[in-house]
Amino acid sequence: MGEINRERKVEMLYKMMLIRAFEKQAEKLFMKNLVYGTMHLSIGEEAVPVGSIFAAKKTDYITSTHRGHGDMIAKGGDIKKMFAEFLGKETGYCHGLGGSMHIADFSLGNLGANGVVGAGIPIATGAALALKMRKTKDIILTFFGDGAANEGLFYESLNMAAIWKLPQVFICKNNLYAMSSPMSKFVATKNISDRATAFGMPGIAVDGMDVVAVYKTVKEAVDRARKGKGPTLIEAKTYRYRGHSKSDKNLYRTEKEIEEWKKKDPIISFVKSLKESEGINDKEIEKIKKDVTQEIEDGVNFALNSPELSADALLKYVYAEEGE
Amino acid sequence: MRAITYKEALREAIMEKIREDKNVFMMGEDIGVYGGAFGLSIGMLDEFGPERILDAPMSEASFTGVGVGAAIMGMRPIVEIMFSDFLTFGADQIANQASKLRFMTGGQLKIPLVVRSPQGSGTGAASQHSQNVEAWFLNIPGLKIVAPSNPYDAKGLLKSSIEDDNPIIFLEHKLLYSTKGEVPEEDYRVPLGKSKVVKNGKDITIVATSIMVKRSLEAAERLGKEGIQVEIIDPRTLKPLDINPIVESVKKTHRLLVVYEGCTTGGIGGEVISRIGESEAFLYLDAPLFRLGGADVPIPYNLNLERKATPQIEKIVSKVKEIVGGY
Repeated sequence: MGEINRERKVEMLYKMMLIRAFEKQAEKLFMKNLVYGTMHLSIGEEAVPVGSIFAAKKTDYITSTHRGHGDMIAKGGDIKKMFAEFLGKETGYCHGLGGSMHIADFSLGNLGANGVVGAGIPIATGAALALKMRKTKDIILTFFGDGAANEGLFYESLNMAAIWKLPQVFICKNNLYAMSSPMSKFVATKNISDRATAFGMPGIAVDGMDVVAVYKTVKEAVDRARKGKGPTLIEAKTYRYRGHSKSDKNLYRTEKEIEEWKKKDPIISFVKSLKESEGINDKEIEKIKKDVTQEIEDGVNFALNSPELSADALLKYVYAEEGE
Repeated sequence: MRAITYKEALREAIMEKIREDKNVFMMGEDIGVYGGAFGLSIGMLDEFGPERILDAPMSEASFTGVGVGAAIMGMRPIVEIMFSDFLTFGADQIANQASKLRFMTGGQLKIPLVVRSPQGSGTGAASQHSQNVEAWFLNIPGLKIVAPSNPYDAKGLLKSSIEDDNPIIFLEHKLLYSTKGEVPEEDYRVPLGKSKVVKNGKDITIVATSIMVKRSLEAAERLGKEGIQVEIIDPRTLKPLDINPIVESVKKTHRLLVVYEGCTTGGIGGEVISRIGESEAFLYLDAPLFRLGGADVPIPYNLNLERKATPQIEKIVSKVKEIVGGY
């Protein structure tokens, strides 16, 4: 089960490369002082959003986190609007009111990237409740990190999703560090997925550097959720190559550790496996790289040439007006 | 016209909206078979079933968020928090999520969420079950705060709140649950963001909220016998505050007293007074602007001390005399 055809795999590779290129470019813009706020990069973690979101349908929903660029791109996010949001432009996803941490596109089923760790989890559970009440066949993927797995909201939401058998898949992107706090110091069990037992739901740990493994694991959970059998907790073990945010001086982990994880790079290993299993050649890879570069370039140019939002935006979105 | 209780009026609002709109449902602790801690939802489970009268586990922090998530998806959830004191559990979902998600996503979504909660002292429930909490939420942009003082407003405001596309903190006063008032059988709404002049007078304006409207009316009756004519305004919606009727009233009476049960410091009193101080009504004043709020103490258990900690009728009477007589 869960086989992925060649075309789909190439699409997945494209998205992974696009996420990485987007974040590297975002970093460059930051270095050039073109980005006002901070950003949280997910370089190294690309297999998790891509494997997960490709395992669901386009009509399914997600909630994302402060480290959520990958989720948005995997869900089909428009690179132009993402860069524009980064630069605080009116043409950005949130008209420049949200910035890097809050990029969302409701029309694509991304219900928001949350800046408060763990806070998106019950919101996703509420969305799942609505999906169930409306008797739809849609499901929701809920992304969060290992840090959020220590918030009370995580436990409460898992419990509610389980007792009400909600169509929700909890996906913990365990990158081993909650800011600087190592999981080994703050989680007593070997796996975060072990915690699923307490809520009577399946808990599965998967190699988060292997996009196909993520896809297969999430697919099973998605199918289960869609059939009305309730939620699953998936822990994808991954790693962020960059610091927590731009203030990170990397005092809590070693270069050696980072280099070790880079050897398992999700993009390099996926390319290798595609070459072996699907016979993809260097020419095709180069074509993907070229297309990605073009998409990034177009996005940056669009953002740079976009207008800033006017001051009336300040009051415009605080309240929904009657009849809107 | 028939008279029903404040609680009955709220029940009618909820039940009529659930019948009328398939997106409306209520969730909270023990609201099903038990009928809620104050019996407000007794019988609703039988009519609407366990999905639309959804008993939630003791997870306020998260089920407030479940309300936010369901609202984003187009449902119109009513979340009941058993005592307003426990709204702190859901504080992040109210202060950082419900109130901000629309703004920070550039207006991509609406959050038609009502968080209902009983508040107030007078039941001997001590410090953690007796507070008035509106001040905690007053400076959160994106929220609306509603606090009805009588059965008619309770029903009309709750219906308007459920139909509003913004997150609303709906604060009911426990001592008002059993009070009766005229409520028409016909369907009606009380609009949000509209203050109401509940009594006309020429000597002083009292702005009173929630149960203090009732106490101020009783105080005004006593004062009337002594020749002091009090005008009383009930803002009904504390945020956004409809200040204009208050400005007009103060221009007429030249005096203002704000009466509210919550702790005096940082409360609705300071906000009303500031707004009047900034308005043209300031030029008409014959006296300083006064507030009579609750004492800045936790609500005590002892009956006499509990009464002392919050504005009572006698205190309103003496405060008004002090202002009218002194200036």
